[in-house]
Amino acid sequence: MSVAVIDIGYGNIGSIARAFEQLGAAVRRTADPAEIEAASHVVLPGVGAARHAMERLGSLGLADRLRGLNRPMLGICLGMQLLFESSEEGETPGLGLLPGTVRRIAPVPGLKVPHMGWSRLALRGDGIGLADGDYVFFAHSYFCPDGPATRAAADHGGVVPAVVERGNIVGVQFHPERSAAPGRRFLEAFLDR
Amino acid sequence: MPARRIIPCLDVRNGRVVKGVRFRDHRDMGDIVAHAMRYRDEGADELVFYDISASPEGRTLDTGWVTRVSDVIDIPFAVAGGIRTRDQAAACLGAGADKVSVNSPALERPELIGELARDFGSQCVVLGVDTLAGASGYIVQRNSGDPEKIRATPRRTLDWIREAVERGAGEIVLNCMTRDGVREGFDIDHCREAAAAVSIPLVASGGAGAREHFRDVFRETEASGALAATVFHARTIAIPRLKEYLATCGIEMRR
Repeated sequence: MSVAVIDIGYGNIGSIARAFEQLGAAVRRTADPAEIEAASHVVLPGVGAARHAMERLGSLGLADRLRGLNRPMLGICLGMQLLFESSEEGETPGLGLLPGTVRRIAPVPGLKVPHMGWSRLALRGDGIGLADGDYVFFAHSYFCPDGPATRAAADHGGVVPAVVERGNIVGVQFHPERSAAPGRRFLEAFLDR
Repeated sequence: MPARRIIPCLDVRNGRVVKGVRFRDHRDMGDIVAHAMRYRDEGADELVFYDISASPEGRTLDTGWVTRVSDVIDIPFAVAGGIRTRDQAAACLGAGADKVSVNSPALERPELIGELARDFGSQCVVLGVDTLAGASGYIVQRNSGDPEKIRATPRRTLDWIREAVERGAGEIVLNCMTRDGVREGFDIDHCREAAAAVSIPLVASGGAGAREHFRDVFRETEASGALAATVFHARTIAIPRLKEYLATCGIEMRR
C-alpha cells in the first residue's frame, strides 16, 4: 500500500503521514502529480484556509487531477470541505465532487465555535471502521452540507456530517490521526479499500 | 456539544517536565515522551505543553520534542512558549502540534493572534491568559513562567479575552494564578464569567485538587475543558476513575 499525502506547503501533515506509516503504509508527502497518480491511496489533509488551499491546488495543477482520480481518496477536515462545490470561507469554489456549500457554524448563545473536542458519532449505514457512539476529535468552524453521502454525523448546534462517501471519495470532518482507537480503525478500513 | 475535556498540562523546562507551586520552585517530574504516553493510555482528552522557560528568556522553543511527542500519541496536543511569529508557529504545527498557544507575545503584540488565525485557522490558535484578582477585578499577568519577571499588565482579563476572540483566537486557557498548585478548587466565579463572555471554547485551569472540583467547574460553568498538572502527575487523581465519576454525575465524558 502506498499513500500520497498531498503537501501544498501549509498545515500539519506530519501527524497524518505518521499515522498511515504506523499502519504499515509507505507514505509520500508530495505535490507532484505523477507521485499522486502512482499511489494506491490519496489523502488531502487540512491545509489552512479554503480559498488559499484551492488556489494552491489550482496553481500546482492538482485540482483537475484530483477530480479525475479513480482510486480511494480521503479528505480530512478542510480537505473534506474542499470536496464540495463551494465554501463560504473565502467565498471559493471547491473541487465539486460532492454537491452543496460548506457554511460557517452559526454562533448562538451557549454554542461554542470552533466546534472543538470529542463528539459522539451517529452512524448511517457503513461507518468505514467506525461504530455508533464512537467519540472522535473535531476542530473546525465550517461544516459540510448533509445529504445522501453522509455516513456518520455529530451534533453541534445541528447535524455536522462527520463522514461522507461517494464512489472512491471519502471525507471526514474529524481528525482520525488524533482520535485514538476509533480513528485508527477508520484509517485501517480506508486502507483496506 | 462535545464531551467535556480532561487536559493534563505538562510544564516543560529545558526539555523536562517540571511543576511548581504558585508558579515557583519548579521540581523535575521526568521525561516528556514518557508522560505523553502515560496520559494517552490513561484516556486524557488532550495535552498541553507549556515551555515555561521560553518566554522570559526571550527564546523560542525547541521543536525536537514536539515531533517526538507527536509520533507517540493519538490525541491532540497544544504547544506554548515563546511563539512570537508566524514562522515559529508554523514550525510547531509542522512538527506535529495540533494547536499553538500564545500568551506573553500576544500581550506584547496582539496582532500576532490575527496573523496566526489567518494563516492556520482559528482552531489552531489558543490564547493562554494568566489572571490574578486585584483590588478592582481580575488583571492579566505577564511572564508567569519566571517569578522574577512576572508582572501585572494594565489589561482587565475579560476585556483581553473578548479582544482575542475578535482577533481570531479559537480557544482560551484561563490560568487562575491564585489557585495554581494550591488545590482548593477552580475559581468557579471567574471561570463562569469568562466562559460566558466569549463564543469560543474556554478551558479552566488552576486549583484542581479533588474530583469534586472537576464536577463543580463543569456543572457550574460553560468551561469546555479542565486543565490540571500536579494531581495527575502525582497520581492523586487517576484519569480513568475521574472520568467515570464525572459521567455518573451526568457530565458527558469520552470513555
